[in-house]
Amino acid sequence: MHIPDGFLDAKTTLAAGVLAAGALGVALRRARRELPPQRVPLLGLAAAFVFAAQMLNFPVLGGTSGHLIGAVLTAALLGPSASVIVISSVLIVQCFLFADGGIAALGANIFNMAVVGGVGGWALCRAIEKVGRGRGMRIAAAGIAAWFGTVLASIACAGELAASKTIEWRVVFPAMAGVHMLIGVGEGVITMLVLSAIAASRPDLIGESTIGSRAGEKRPGAEGLGSLFTFGLIISMGLALFMAPFASPWPDGLDKSAESLGFADRETSERSIPTLIPSYKMPGIASEGLATGVAGVAGTTVVFVLSWIGARALVRRKRGALSADAAAS
Amino acid sequence: MNLASFSERASGIQSPVHRLGTGEKLVLGIGLIVFIVALPRGWAAGLGLATAVLLLGVYMSRIPWGEIGRVLLRLEPLALGVSLVAGLGAAGLSGGLFLAAKCNLCILTALLLSGTTPFPELVRAMRRARFPSLLVTTLALMYRYRRVLIDEAERMRRARAARTMTRRRWHVWRMSSGVIGRLFVRASERAERLYGAMLARGWK
Repeated sequence: MHIPDGFLDAKTTLAAGVLAAGALGVALRRARRELPPQRVPLLGLAAAFVFAAQMLNFPVLGGTSGHLIGAVLTAALLGPSASVIVISSVLIVQCFLFADGGIAALGANIFNMAVVGGVGGWALCRAIEKVGRGRGMRIAAAGIAAWFGTVLASIACAGELAASKTIEWRVVFPAMAGVHMLIGVGEGVITMLVLSAIAASRPDLIGESTIGSRAGEKRPGAEGLGSLFTFGLIISMGLALFMAPFASPWPDGLDKSAESLGFADRETSERSIPTLIPSYKMPGIASEGLATGVAGVAGTTVVFVLSWIGARALVRRKRGALSADAAAS
Repeated sequence: MNLASFSERASGIQSPVHRLGTGEKLVLGIGLIVFIVALPRGWAAGLGLATAVLLLGVYMSRIPWGEIGRVLLRLEPLALGVSLVAGLGAAGLSGGLFLAAKCNLCILTALLLSGTTPFPELVRAMRRARFPSLLVTTLALMYRYRRVLIDEAERMRRARAARTMTRRRWHVWRMSSGVIGRLFVRASERAERLYGAMLARGWK
């Protein structure tokens, strides 16, 4: 999934670079504020660990073999901010020492694997965990999330290649997503096996409290909603930029039924509220793909701000109840 | 397992290119990559210019051509594969060839850069350029402990394989995953010892 240089055009490279730099900046800032100093060397060691773990081969059918990618595993073990730093460092070293992945495409690779794959997978893992209780549920959640993280990262990669007009979306999307749906199964199984191996000898490392663990120490993967929001915004910006232009060009359900039932012509051109962005294309931008992309980013920002305000309002109302809950547990 | 990467083998050579400052090399190398990436389709003259500059650079750096060729060959399936798919699709034959050339020139630039710059130099340059210290520390530690952990993983894998008398696929999966899990435990224990050592030397 490492994109080499030359396959992404200038605007995609730049956009992905800005998004990756933003995500890395957010991760570094959060880590500096929240990471206890004794965990600072762990980031470097974890990066070396991911590197070494990728050297171990897992035999697949017919003499071929694969290896762990490790983005969701790292996120499950260390939390999203630390894992973005760790996976980005791995990608920087791979790019410099082994020419795996391009230097200009480093931003795109960090965005795909560390941010979309790693943080996206982590968020999903947290969501699935809530379904049940216990160690088995947590490990299964990480495995499912590892599958999704791998597939999501490959779709982001396909979007970038298509946005650069290197390969058409209808070719690159099924190819990348299809292959990574299979690779993801391996990734999920290895993630579950590794987590249960760690849980067997050092359950405190996967966040279970033991007699030896210090009281009041926060679970490493338990980062607040704040990082989820910030990384979520960066991911959705990327999806809007790279993928919105390839969303289905056919009319949606309502448009289609309006057409077939014959009331499409009754759609009035004058609306009670004037639209800001007619037909999801930013006015004043010549290129159609770019206009859709920019409209996507604008729409994402608006939706994000609205949901953030909504969430803040809801959480503030319940804060008393929540802190009482935390004190009781 | 060949642990020494291309960069580690090639960056010890003495040559005028190796003696250039790390900052200058980075600016030149990344500048050239940006130039190649930004070339619009069909600008063969730009590609020719970049090729000439690169061949001169490799010649002056005294890196053996075989070394560069070996790494280039390993990356070729991906580069040619994507170019081939692009060439069969919208880009057309000339577009596919252009992409393949672009990609190869970028890889060559990256190899010239990494073959003439030891990684610790890059880390030092990042520190001088005021990159966030957490990132620089992570990169430096990772480079330092990469081989240590690869060695450790290989030793554990061999010990495990010697005691597991089966080649069934599922057993190999269980075994390798166990090694990875144990490796993480060892890495985090090593990080704790390292933190103690860093504190003892006055790290803040």
